[in-house]
Order: sequence, then structure tokens, then C-alpha cells
Amino acid sequence: MLELRKITKTFGQTIAVNNVSLNFPPGQMVGIIGRSGAGKSTLLRLINRLATTGQGDILFENTNIGTLAGRDLRAWRARCAMIFQQFNLVNRLDVLTNVLIGRIGTAKTLPVMFKHFSAQDRAAAALALDRLDLLPQALQRADTLSGGQQQRVAIARALIQNPSLILADEPIASLDPRNARFVMEALRKINQEDRITVICNLHTLDAARAYCDRIVGMAQGKVVFDGSPDTLTRQAVQSIYGDAGDADVEESLTSTLGAHLPIPAAAKQPQLADAAY
Amino acid sequence: MTHAHALAGTSSSRIADFEHRYQTERRTRGLWTLLYLVLFAGAVVGSMQVSDFNPSKLMNGLPKAWNYIYGTFPTLRWETLGADIAEWYWGIRYWLRLLVETVLMSFVGTVLGGVVALALCFFASSNLAPNKALCFISRRTLEFLRTVPELVFALIFVYAFGLGPFAGVLAIAVHTAGSLGKLFAEVNENVDERPIDGVRAAGGSWPMIMRLAVVPQALPNYASYLLLRFEINVRGAAVLGVVGAGGIGEDLYLAIRQFEYPDISAIMLLLIATTAVIDITCESIRHRLIGHDLGKGQ
Repeated sequence: MLELRKITKTFGQTIAVNNVSLNFPPGQMVGIIGRSGAGKSTLLRLINRLATTGQGDILFENTNIGTLAGRDLRAWRARCAMIFQQFNLVNRLDVLTNVLIGRIGTAKTLPVMFKHFSAQDRAAAALALDRLDLLPQALQRADTLSGGQQQRVAIARALIQNPSLILADEPIASLDPRNARFVMEALRKINQEDRITVICNLHTLDAARAYCDRIVGMAQGKVVFDGSPDTLTRQAVQSIYGDAGDADVEESLTSTLGAHLPIPAAAKQPQLADAAY
Repeated sequence: MTHAHALAGTSSSRIADFEHRYQTERRTRGLWTLLYLVLFAGAVVGSMQVSDFNPSKLMNGLPKAWNYIYGTFPTLRWETLGADIAEWYWGIRYWLRLLVETVLMSFVGTVLGGVVALALCFFASSNLAPNKALCFISRRTLEFLRTVPELVFALIFVYAFGLGPFAGVLAIAVHTAGSLGKLFAEVNENVDERPIDGVRAAGGSWPMIMRLAVVPQALPNYASYLLLRFEINVRGAAVLGVVGAGGIGEDLYLAIRQFEYPDISAIMLLLIATTAVIDITCESIRHRLIGHDLGKGQ
């Protein structure tokens, strides 16, 4: 169980995350939605400790994440795997090595300096790549792959970290609808088969509705909605994306998943029916 | 609603506001540019006076310099060309040995210096350094290593380790470590940060992040700077002999001191030819490295 207690993070004058308290029970798939600059990325980076905590506590199974340092911090980062919008692969390394980076959290330094990994690690990496249909590309350089493939390499990297949770920061924002669907389906499958908690920042409502058990809406650093997808009403959407005086938010404009997506029945409320489908 | 109305009502005043801000900004920028231009002109004039540079002196002196160079060439007659050249290059075997020694000195010096530079460059990059103090210390260290001229280091090392190439190699290595370290650090500062985040998020320690996220990105640039440094060091090594630190410089200096004019030109031509060959070789190696992007990545 991951617990955020009154987290606040400021960058200079701007408050990125404002007094956020959230609980994430194990095995849940949570979508965090909101406009750019709503504090979604910062929230994930705080959990992974890529950003240092401001005020408040982050607890995971009663360990305070904010005070971890050195080896413990690295172990924690390995335990909550991160997936990025721009994939953040090392372009000039081959796909296999990129995936093996998922093992360095617990590896010794010297072998890593020579890019030496055990046969076991290599097998784990191959297995993860195979699961994501990328084994044929394993020895290619990462930058020869398409965006969707690169993101799946990043997911394979996350997988062999044996994580307790996966943090995905806009994993589909740089992808076309088809690849976006592949990536979201892969994350959902991992969530259901491996019982890994997935916390996923999303630009788009329909992706959140289609794949998440629970949706958290953020606006200006605050949590303004927290509930299951079928309780996300028009007013709630307005409070997340809208601004006083703006026209109503057009939900079809926030779609990236394309036309043929099966939507869960719960989402098909009459007032939310989407022209694009 | 009221908020939006308030904004719409004042849009013309906001535009006027912006125009005002733009004009002030432009004025300050113009003043700064003027100030820098004045400072620059002052510096140029000042340095010309201090360094005693003046064009008429240059015009007077140039022919004399040419006369000296011309005077070092022996008279070559067509009918006895072979014999003349053989006499001019009487010491070719000895000189070639010294030349090889010079090139090897700079090679070893470049490699040693490169290793030190690589070890220090990560600490000296402001975006990678584990903390500010280490960054400061390693930067000042690199600065010291490269600002003291090679010749001074060579003098010290000759005093410490005796005459011969060993002192020269050390002098080259020290200077190379300083200048390459700075260049490597600058390359490191230009790497893409996203892979660094990626490796850090996987739980990588600092050395692992350097090895897996930074080095693969920076490697082609390291290689091209290293080869450039090797070229420069061959030229540098030729001079070190003056203080007895090995290489062909020793013999060149002797020839100059003893007014052996033909020897001076013979050695100089050999040196120019050698540096040209190394230049061309390094250039083609570098193009291969960059062109093929170092194969499959390291």
C-alpha cells in the first residue's frame, strides 16, 4: 500500500503539487488525469524520488520514502519502475542492454561498468522482450525502433525490475492511436497478470476510462476528483479540465486511442457518449 | 465568467503594457551590447600597445624572417641532385628514429592523459557532478593541469626523472589530461537528460548512470577530441626536446644553436611531412568513427 500524506511541492513561486493525500491499494490500476501543468508528472517523480520531496510524507508499507538514501533509495527506485513520455531509453545502446538497465538497481557496480550481466538477467530480459513481442529486435540499437516499440522496450525494462508498482508518466502521449492502444493494453495485462500496481498519468479521458480501475483528477496541483470511471460525470470533467469562462470541454478532442476501442459499458453514459466512437 | 470578462475588458491595456515592456527590454539590451563593444575595442587597442604590435614593423620584419628560412635551404644543383639531397639529409636514419620517438611519445602521452581526463570529466560537468564542491575541485585541477605550459612541466620532469622521453611523455600526459578533461566535461554537459532519468529511475548508482546513460552518448565526441589532441601533441612533442625531454626537438635545437642551416630545414621539412601524414590519418579515422556512428554503440 502506497500512501501519500499531504504532499506539497513548489518550484520557486509555482506550486506544482498542493496538499495531496492519496492511498493506492496494491494491484490497482489508477489513471491520473488533468491538464498540462496540473502536477501529474511532479507527483510521479516525487514517488520515485527523481524529485525531492517538499512537505508531507510518502509511505510505502510503512517505510518513509522521503528519507531514503544511498542503497535503500536505489532499491526503492528499482521497486517502483518508471515509464516516461519520451521513453528515456539510451539511444546508442542496443535494446537488450536497455532492458538490462532494469537490473542495475540491485547489481554490483564493477560488472555494470563493463556491461556485464549474468545469464539469468539476460534470460529475464529476453523473456520480458518476448512478452512484448520485441525479441527479434533485441540486438538492434534502440534508436532504430519506432516510438511504440521504444515504449514497449521501456516497459520491458520496467518489468525486469520486478517492481511492486509501475509509474507511467504520459506513456502514450507521444504515440499514434494504434501504438497507444498496444502500450495501454500491455500495462493493463501486466497489472492484471502480475498484480502490479500501475499509476498512470494520462492526457486523455478515454484511455483512463477504458483501462483504469480508478481515476484521479488533478487541477492546479490539487486532487479535484477521485473515484471509479463511471462516477466521472460531466461536472467532474469540467472541474478537471475546464476554466471559468471556457467553453465546455469537448471530450472527443482529448482522444488518442482511435475509433475501434471497445469501451467498458460503465463509461457509456448518455451525456458522455462520444461522437468519435 | 466575471474573471474572463475582466480579462477581455483590459486586453488593449495589456497590449500596451507588453509594448512598453518590449521597448524597455530592447533599450537595456542595446545598452549592454554597446558596453561590450566598447570594452572589446578597448581590450584590442590595449593589447596591441602592450604587445608592441605595429604593422610597419611587421612589414619590415617579414623579409628578414623569409631570408632566415631561405638561408637554411642548401643549394641544390640539377646535375648533382641525388648527391645534394643525400648530403642535405645526411642524418636521415637518425632523424627518422627521433621522429618515431616523437610520435610514440605523443601517443603514450595522449593515452595516459586521456585516461585521467575521462576519470575527471564526470566530476567536472556541472550537470553530472555528485556535488558542487567536487565539481569545483576537479575543474580547478583540470585548469591547473592545462594552464601550466608543457615546456614548464617538461623542465620539472627532466629535473625529477632525468633527460629523455619519459619526462616528455609525462609533460604531454599532464597537459592533455587538463585540456581533454575540460572538453570531455563540456561534451558531458550537452548530453540528453532523458536517458539519465531512465537509468536513475531503474535504481542506477552514480557510476552506473555515467557508464550507461552518459558515456554511450558522448563517446563519438570523446573519440574525435582525443584524435585532435593526438595531432596537437605530435607538434607539441617536437618542441619538448629543447629542454631535453626526448624527441626530435633535441636535434633541431642543436642544429639551430650551432648554425647548421641545412640541418634546420631538413628536420623542419620532415616534421611538417609527419604532422601532415598524422593529420590526414586522424581525419580519416575520425570521419569513419562519426560516419558509422561507432558501429553498434558502446
